[in-house]
Amino acid sequence: MWAYVVRRCLMGVVLILAMTLVTFTLFFATPIDAARYACGKNCSEEQRDITRAALGYDKPVVEQWAGFIKGLFAGRDFPLDEAQREAAPEQVTHCAAPCLGFSNFNAKTINEMVSEALPVTISLSVVALVLWLIGGVLFGILAAMRQGSFLDRGIVGATLVIYAFPSFAIAVFLLNYVAIKWGVFPYPKYTQIADGGVVEWFGNLLLPALTLALLFLAGYVRMTRAFVLESLTEDYIRTANAKGLQRKKVVFKHALRAALTPLVTMAGLDFATLLGGAIITERVFNYPGLGLLTIQANAAFDLPVLVAVVLIAGSFVILANIVVDVLYAYIDPRVRVG
Amino acid sequence: MTTPGTQVEIGEVAVETAAPVAGPVVSKSPTQLALARFRADKLSMFSFYVVVFYLIAALLAPILVATGVLDPFTPHQDLIDDQSLPLNPFGGISWEHPFGVEPRIGRDSLSRIWYGISFSLSISLLATLIAVTLGVVLGIIAGTSGGWVDAIIGRIIDLTLAFPQTLMLLALSTVAVAFITQVLHVPEGPTAQFVYVVSILGIFGWTSTARIVRGQVLSIREREFVYAARLLGAGPGRIYFKEILPNLWAPILVQFTLIMPAFISAEAALSYLGVSVKPPTPTLGNVLTDSLSFMSDNFTYFIIPAVLIALIVVCFNLLGDGLRDALDPKSGR
Repeated sequence: MWAYVVRRCLMGVVLILAMTLVTFTLFFATPIDAARYACGKNCSEEQRDITRAALGYDKPVVEQWAGFIKGLFAGRDFPLDEAQREAAPEQVTHCAAPCLGFSNFNAKTINEMVSEALPVTISLSVVALVLWLIGGVLFGILAAMRQGSFLDRGIVGATLVIYAFPSFAIAVFLLNYVAIKWGVFPYPKYTQIADGGVVEWFGNLLLPALTLALLFLAGYVRMTRAFVLESLTEDYIRTANAKGLQRKKVVFKHALRAALTPLVTMAGLDFATLLGGAIITERVFNYPGLGLLTIQANAAFDLPVLVAVVLIAGSFVILANIVVDVLYAYIDPRVRVG
Repeated sequence: MTTPGTQVEIGEVAVETAAPVAGPVVSKSPTQLALARFRADKLSMFSFYVVVFYLIAALLAPILVATGVLDPFTPHQDLIDDQSLPLNPFGGISWEHPFGVEPRIGRDSLSRIWYGISFSLSISLLATLIAVTLGVVLGIIAGTSGGWVDAIIGRIIDLTLAFPQTLMLLALSTVAVAFITQVLHVPEGPTAQFVYVVSILGIFGWTSTARIVRGQVLSIREREFVYAARLLGAGPGRIYFKEILPNLWAPILVQFTLIMPAFISAEAALSYLGVSVKPPTPTLGNVLTDSLSFMSDNFTYFIIPAVLIALIVVCFNLLGDGLRDALDPKSGR
């Protein structure tokens, strides 16, 4: 077991390293002049060269990548060019480990930007995860218990419709009607727990999180329904029924239990993907998380920020995959460890 | 992790459905049996007709635009009031403009949406072709070679899956569009955006197909006819593409009908994020995106493209489910 965990972790480290290399190649190895974007549109030839040296774009990609990896462990000082640092020591920005880079556009380290955005994304994702898990499991079980009934068809049909409409259309619809026109929820804006307390934080978070949860709900309802239906045909369910157990107990204690493992796996991976930024929801509700950061960086051609966000998001996914695989092997002894 | 893919055991189909018949026994091929099962499923047939309807509409649109029947670009300022909303109720619906006119400049909504279907479907169709082709080729190679080739392809799949898709589609757009225009010399504007969306969706969308095809190949390559071909001296090329590929068309078809709607939705989402084909060239996604800012005042303009996207996405999915059930009676739902 431990050998398996260690091997998975090593594989994960290799995968993350490979991912950083691929990302750097994608963003910096093309013949596109990254310095032109970093410097802005009205930038003289001279200023462009200064920016290029300051961000290390004058070096080959592999060297840039090695510098980035080194910065992750040891931190870096910007501008990267030593001559520039000596010429203007007051303008040197230190980026402590794990250093993700420097945004010329915002004139601050990416670590700073990420540490502001990440709590927003995490709040949103956690609340949404709880909502869609509860909703998905409840509706899924309800549909499975009344298989073929009007209720079942209604639930399955509704999830299909929600799934089919573009997610941003649903989000904007909810914002325009539920929040603005009908005033059911306050107009959502992000408040930190430290500023407004838990109640205000949660109240402002509810509609965006509900929207986000709705987008995931469809898949979880259908999956819960399918797994519960499948496990209801198992022998141990017949045993439970035969010994006179209540229907509720049979479904919740026995049938649901078998469905829980794949559900948790799926939820873990979806949650990890969300941590990289709930792009559409954050954009619609103007929530300053990683997703909105990406959109802004994309509009501003801020490549180092884009690289950093991609790497953060990718690492979350790789990490979640390892956790899920290890948990799976731990929970279910039939899973082959090898 | 293994993917519970679609399994098609063609040999068993005949046994299962063989009913005692009086009179002359008419033999049916597995394909005919699958078709019969598909035809019996009303929901699938309905979805099939809707999909065909969309495809015909998409094919007709460029012709209608060229002949001037549809006019997605001419503004009609006279139909717009001073708050930039259409004069007529329900988004300016009239005989000349059955879906109303666009707020602000008053272009004909029907023409824009119809022409948009054409662009949205060609984007998703081309992207699906790229994704499925990549998936099939890599899946067959991984499945037949085994060993380190299989391991490398497996790691490439892991790596591709590690990049969150929406994020990558958004983040890469800057560099990739610049690459497409400056290095590949594709003209800037709609053409470059079109090339970007198609290629990026294709490049990040092949993994599920590869996994399913690999799984299928692993079971098929142990079958007798493959041994026979190998013993007769067939080279790897012949075994891959002449012996194994023909047995894979069912799962490939199902994959195709399931990836396509995902890409239609993805195109719409990318439009919203501003990285798909941009107006004035219409796509379902960018028409819908444009409608969002008028939603409270002009619901018609919003709901028509939204429902049209939802309809094609649902129908493609139902078609895919129906095909899977018809081609693989064991799978069940």
